[in-house]
This record gives sequence, structure tokens and C-alpha cells, in this order.
Amino acid sequence: MTITPEIVDYVAQLSRLELSEGEKKRVEKDLGDILSYMDKLNELDTTDVEPMSHTLPVNNVMREDVCRPSSDREELLQNAPQKKDGCYQVPKAVE
Amino acid sequence: MNIWELDALELGKRIKDREIGVAEAADALLDRIEATDGEVNAYVSTFRQEAAARAQQVQKMVDAGEGKGPLFGVPVSVKDNICVKGMTTTCGSRMLYNFRPPYNATVTDCLDKAGAVIVGKLNMDEFAMGSTTETSYMGVCKNPWDTSRVPGGSSGGAAAAVAASEAFYALGTDTGGSIRQPASFCGVTGIKPTYGTVSRYGVVAYASSLDQVGTLGRDAATVAASLDIITAKDAKDSTSVAHPDGGFYESLSGDIKGMRIGLPTDYFGEGLDPQVKEKVLAAAKQLEQLGAHVEEFPMPIVEYVVPAYYIISCAEASSNLSRYDGVKYGFRAEHYEDLYDLYLKSRSQGFGMEVKRRIMLGNFVLSSGYYDAYYNKALKVRALIKKAFDEAFQKYDMLLGPVAPTTALKIGENLDDPLKMYLGDIYTVSVNLAGLPGLSAPCGFDGQGLPVGMQLIGPAFGEKRLLNAAYAYQQVTDFHQKKPQ
Repeated sequence: MTITPEIVDYVAQLSRLELSEGEKKRVEKDLGDILSYMDKLNELDTTDVEPMSHTLPVNNVMREDVCRPSSDREELLQNAPQKKDGCYQVPKAVE
Repeated sequence: MNIWELDALELGKRIKDREIGVAEAADALLDRIEATDGEVNAYVSTFRQEAAARAQQVQKMVDAGEGKGPLFGVPVSVKDNICVKGMTTTCGSRMLYNFRPPYNATVTDCLDKAGAVIVGKLNMDEFAMGSTTETSYMGVCKNPWDTSRVPGGSSGGAAAAVAASEAFYALGTDTGGSIRQPASFCGVTGIKPTYGTVSRYGVVAYASSLDQVGTLGRDAATVAASLDIITAKDAKDSTSVAHPDGGFYESLSGDIKGMRIGLPTDYFGEGLDPQVKEKVLAAAKQLEQLGAHVEEFPMPIVEYVVPAYYIISCAEASSNLSRYDGVKYGFRAEHYEDLYDLYLKSRSQGFGMEVKRRIMLGNFVLSSGYYDAYYNKALKVRALIKKAFDEAFQKYDMLLGPVAPTTALKIGENLDDPLKMYLGDIYTVSVNLAGLPGLSAPCGFDGQGLPVGMQLIGPAFGEKRLLNAAYAYQQVTDFHQKKPQ
């Protein structure tokens, strides 16, 4: 797999990451090396193999739909970098 | 003998017999940490005041004869990705440098119930991504056997602390070997239980289908007793299950007669350090002398486990780590223009390079056009890996192999070559992909005096066999009793 500068920019944008020029070069090389190695998986025939995302049988776990206390608002907000009137504060996002 | 030199179970017994006070034990350990951790850097934080207050409560229960379990009152240390209410939980990252969890992880509640006194939080690779504890924002952790070397990772702090007698036992997490590999590098015992055995609630997520909490200690008996404490089905983690065969500590018999042990020949091939190979094969002989049947068998899928693991773990990480946006908790950049820029700057300044690399790799393999070729392909290979283990466990009760291809590396040796670093995980990651239990125990030293570990792998919920085999081995060997310096 060849990684181009365009792919690096695209993936950085998907990741919400801003890279310096030096970092971009490095990521281009690292991703290229790693993905080329990952192409090794193509040696394996996986026709008719079901993809496995979980190893144990997973079932829906249901519970009664009843009201109960949730986390304390003030306690949660103590970790907020910026807060106002009991809410998280961010720059204006809509016009 | 100093209190900090005692084995965890011996200390538990003396606390129960009221020969040693709970506060006295916590204090002794914290003094020890203060004296030696400047060099090792196994701890990110310690909590003397909190521990003293907690020790008083626990002592009352001991005095009232309410202490339950062999580790009641014994101080414990936990990896810094496990939430303890009010105690900073950094995950080794600038992103969470100031995060004080408003709640306990379920395993923390389990420790509370078992009378444990938490004395500190342990160093780790940033977001548990690494095999050396060099990527920690809180500074490199050193191997107590040779401080120019890494302790392994990502639970490097946990393994180093136990090895340096700075912890009686510790909780770690293992997504691709993060308990077993540092245990091997530091000459201690550690277990990653079957997926679902321990609740992941309140444990900072890396790759959710692989992450599992486990324990590290000097020997198999300590590891068994501590695993008993955290084994529980939890309503807050819908992937947790009721373990069908718990009661690990009580079950230790030391009898392994007739146990069928398979040695996967592909775990002993090219790339394995000859000294590590020799020690692990010697351990196989030792287990044979104890009455086990040991047999070699091929397991060619081993060649494909590293690519499958890194595709799946990075994909899950890219999704899990999207929550760090500089809004709700943790690091926020000082200067930004608008909301999008706030995300961008906070994430770019908050995450270290290895974390960024894995997020980008994950987003790439999940992106449109590459999803089938990489992510879906890896999930199919995961099914093949699981199948290979299922087949092996039709013939064998457990498998034995090395934990890592080498002993502890020099600090900085692989840091600039991620692919080389990833390949060091070849013997550990398949256990997580297949959801199986894996145990690492000391089985010798190389020519430079560095510990070598062996790995036992069991079928799902086969923890008892692994612990008992390691326990039997430790009855007739003394590698686990050796201490650095």
C-alpha cells in the first residue's frame, strides 16, 4: 500500500489532528511501512469466513426501564475546562 | 525483615493475625516508594492521606473480625487508566493530565469490598499504546533489573513496582500483552483473564473488544487471590459475564499430573532470542517432570496475528479516542479560533505521537474504500485465529510458549521504529483476539541477568489450570523469588 501526502491529509482530517510538515512526512512513511506489512493478510484465503468482532456469544442485555438517579451535574462539571450556567462552554458553533 | 519485603499473602496473614496494622503496612510501602521510585518512576501519583484514612476504616473491619479473603488490608497499586474517584487518572497522557474521575471503576469498588488500600497510580504507555512505557507523558519508567532498560508495557509501572518491592500486587490492563509482556521483562507473575471475566466499567477504553483488566504479583498464588477480588459480572459492563469456574486461590493444588500441554512450534521459530527459547523449553521440561504431557504442534496462523491485531485495535482506538475533544474534561488548548479549531488544537497538543499514529491508522482502515481490504479482512482473520486455538484446545489443556521474543530492551531502542515495536507483540496479541486467558511467569534469566518469562495460554475460562500450573512450577523453582539488586 502506497501512502500519498493526500491520504495523510485526509486521514489527519478524519482524526481531527493537525500535523506539522515534519510529522506529515513521518506519518507518510510509518503508515506506508505498517500497511505494507498488513497486506500480508492477503496471503490468507478468507472466502466464506464470517468476520468476527466478538469472541464470546454476545446478547442484548435488557433492564427494566425505570427512573433512577444519574451522575451529579456539578461533580461532572468539575472536570470541564470551561463551564457556564451548569453547562459545558464552547465557542459559538451556529450563526 | 521490612514490611515492604513481605509477600502479599504473608502480609495479609499478619494483618489478619493483627501482628501488623493496616496503616503500618500502607505507610511502610509508601516510604519504600518514596525512597526508590525516583529512579524507577513506576508511579504517576501516590496518595498518603487517602491511604491513611482508608487504612483506619479497614483496620476497624479487621479488628471486628470482618476481614474476608487472603489479601484483606494489603495495600494495592493500580494502573493509571483505572478510575478511582477523586484520584487523578491520567492514562499516561497530557490529554488527561488533570482528570479526576467523579466515579469509581467497578474494579475499584471490588478492591474496596476486599479491604484493599489503594496507595498509588502506576505509570503506563500513553492510553496503553506501547510495549515499553516510554510513551508516557509522565516520563519513562525504568526496569528495576537494569535502569538503562524498559520495563515493558503498557503496564510497565505495575510490573516494575512489583519487581522493585514498591507494590505488593497491582492491577493492570492487557489489550495485546500489556500485563504479560512487562511481567516477563520484570520477572513477576501476571494474568490476563478471559474476556468478560472482569468489568471494564471505569477503565479508560483503548480497544473495547480486546481490553481486559488483570493482576500482577510476585507469584501465582498472589495473582490468583487478587484475580478472585475483581472477577465479577457487572450490570455496568454488558460484555462482562459470570465466570463459570471462579475461586482461583482456593483451587490451587500444585498437582498437574496428566495435564496436556501443547508447544506451538511457530512460537519457537525465527526471531526468538535463543536464550529465551532455551529457558522456556527448560520450563516445559520442568512441567513434564511434574507430571504433565508436553507435545509440540504446528500453529502457522501465528504469522498473521500482528497485522490482524493492529488493524482491529487501532480501528477501535480511533473510535474510542474520538471522545477527547477538549470540551468535557481533560486538556484544552489555550488558543483556538472556533469550535472545530478547538478540537483540532486540543487533540493535536494533547495526544503524543504514538497515539496519533494509531488513531490515524485506525481511521484509515475504517475509511471508505479501505474498510473491506483491511478492517473486514482482519475480522475474518480473527475468526481463523480463534478457530486455530479452538482446535488446539481439543488436544491440549493449555499451551506454553514465550511471552516476548527478547528480554527487556534498551530505552530508546525501538521507539523510532513502530513496525519493529509492533512485531515484538507476536506471542501475546492472539490471546486477546481470541478472548482467551494468558499468564506470564518468570522462568529464568538471560546471560545479562535479565528475567525471562514463559506464557501459559488456556481455553476460555481456563484460568484455574494456568494458575495451578504456574503455582506447581513455582513450588519447585525460585525464579519468582529473585529480586533486583
